[in-house]
Amino acid sequence: MSGSVERFDEKARAAFGRHGRTVVHRGELLRHPVYTRVLHWTVAIFFVLALLSGLAIYSPWLYRWLTPLFGGGPMTRFLHPWFSVGFTIAFAFQFVNWLRPMRWTHNDSRWMKRIKAYVTNTEKTEPRDVGFFNAGQKIYFWLLVFGTVFLFITGLVMWFDHLTPRWAVAISYVVHDIAALALLAGFIIHIYESTAQQPGTFHSMIDGTVTDDWARSHHPAWHEMVTGQQRDRDDRG
Amino acid sequence: MPPATMQIQEISAHPGPVAGQGTQRAVEVCKYIDVTTCIGCKACEVACVEWNDYPFRETTFNNTYQTMPSTEWNYWNLIKFVEHEQDGNFMWLMRKDQCMHCEDPGCLRACPADGAIIKYQNGIVDFQQENCIGCGYCISGCPFDIPKFNPHTKKVFKCTLCSDRVSEGLEPACIKACPTGCLHFGTKEDMVQIAHSRAHQLKTQSGFANAGVYDPQSIGGTHVIYVLHDVTQPELYGGLPANPVIPPSYTYWKWLAKPAGLVMAALGVLAVFFHRVAYGPKLPQPEPVPIVTEHPDEVDAARKEKP
Repeated sequence: MSGSVERFDEKARAAFGRHGRTVVHRGELLRHPVYTRVLHWTVAIFFVLALLSGLAIYSPWLYRWLTPLFGGGPMTRFLHPWFSVGFTIAFAFQFVNWLRPMRWTHNDSRWMKRIKAYVTNTEKTEPRDVGFFNAGQKIYFWLLVFGTVFLFITGLVMWFDHLTPRWAVAISYVVHDIAALALLAGFIIHIYESTAQQPGTFHSMIDGTVTDDWARSHHPAWHEMVTGQQRDRDDRG
Repeated sequence: MPPATMQIQEISAHPGPVAGQGTQRAVEVCKYIDVTTCIGCKACEVACVEWNDYPFRETTFNNTYQTMPSTEWNYWNLIKFVEHEQDGNFMWLMRKDQCMHCEDPGCLRACPADGAIIKYQNGIVDFQQENCIGCGYCISGCPFDIPKFNPHTKKVFKCTLCSDRVSEGLEPACIKACPTGCLHFGTKEDMVQIAHSRAHQLKTQSGFANAGVYDPQSIGGTHVIYVLHDVTQPELYGGLPANPVIPPSYTYWKWLAKPAGLVMAALGVLAVFFHRVAYGPKLPQPEPVPIVTEHPDEVDAARKEKP
């Protein structure tokens, strides 16, 4: 079964690649192909819509500010589950697309040990064993996977609360919010890291390419795999 | 829509205080139902439908006199008929089922829409359908399974304790229609007093040792109280819960943990901003330029000397 899923993924990638294009300039590498970029932004748009409509219902303090975005209270309540369904479906495709590069390795456990140095920007470049995704990115991915599962199940229980027992709705009421808050925390960090914190990253999801320097600095093992060039030494600045 | 003479005490999902809360000295009202003298004539059911201008629903026959299985979005008041046998004695129980107008209403606690459910200072809990978003949380929050959803308009409805009549100094329609006088309306204080004296009468004169007043303190008391033959077994009377409670998740989660979560999210955004300001970005580093010289040995020696 996993074989057919992989074949579907390859076919999707090929189909999207035929219709779209990525221009790789001199001194750049291809990072995210058309399929990945389209999927990512589909997921992102559904996520933000579900987040905002959910926040409106979640918090009386945000209710009056966010419900006008969707056309009032009843419309917000109606649209929220549908945005979430769109998100879940799109993310399911993205899960398949990124499952392999997101596998946790012992390099990632080692990366976690130097999290303090990473956060305080003590070193200018990443260690040489960091591959396509670093451990932090993998954590966000898996947080999304498990979070989505919890959100989807508890969401269904609440959406069809005329069919589900009271105790299940009461539990879902809490679990749904906890999962959403965890995803919101990851989302804040994700936006930050890919925009203000690491210049060049946002461009990689818009146009699909990164500079050679970017690749060598942030994902040296992937850079080496693509270019065949070994990075000379760890530049500890 | 009740006139403005009734002062509002609580508003669902309302950030901030209720304007005018506690400014008026309002008397708490109460509907007292003496289940022991009800004859099941259903005048109250008819009066409710008539007063609220609803067309009559189709009735369901399930081998009892009960009009339909439960209250509906346009049928707020229902006599529950239960045939009960105990110790060889047969009792035909008839209880008028409708919103209990709780002091601590689960529907109001659960509602996420600002102003969809309000509670007046006199104790009446009223739905404001124009603000209702149709999420159904009130249905899950109610321990008595009272709010009913209209699938076409996606709004929820229930007994209003005739807030429109009460605000004009009239008794609710059901009380006016009752022919036996088993329905009473007045202040909570008076109704509780009358109810207790009736319960006492049942115990001492009619042999109902377990007679009592149903006014559950587990939700802070209700503005609809019953006198039952057997107050120790309220479930007998068509599923009246013995200890109705609002799930704790609704109260503590909504008003303690949720604001805390929002504050943490706001702090997170601030933290991220200040991180950027303090630590700067991770810029791509250029490739180290190899040192080119005629005497590579000198270069190696120089490199080795570096700490």
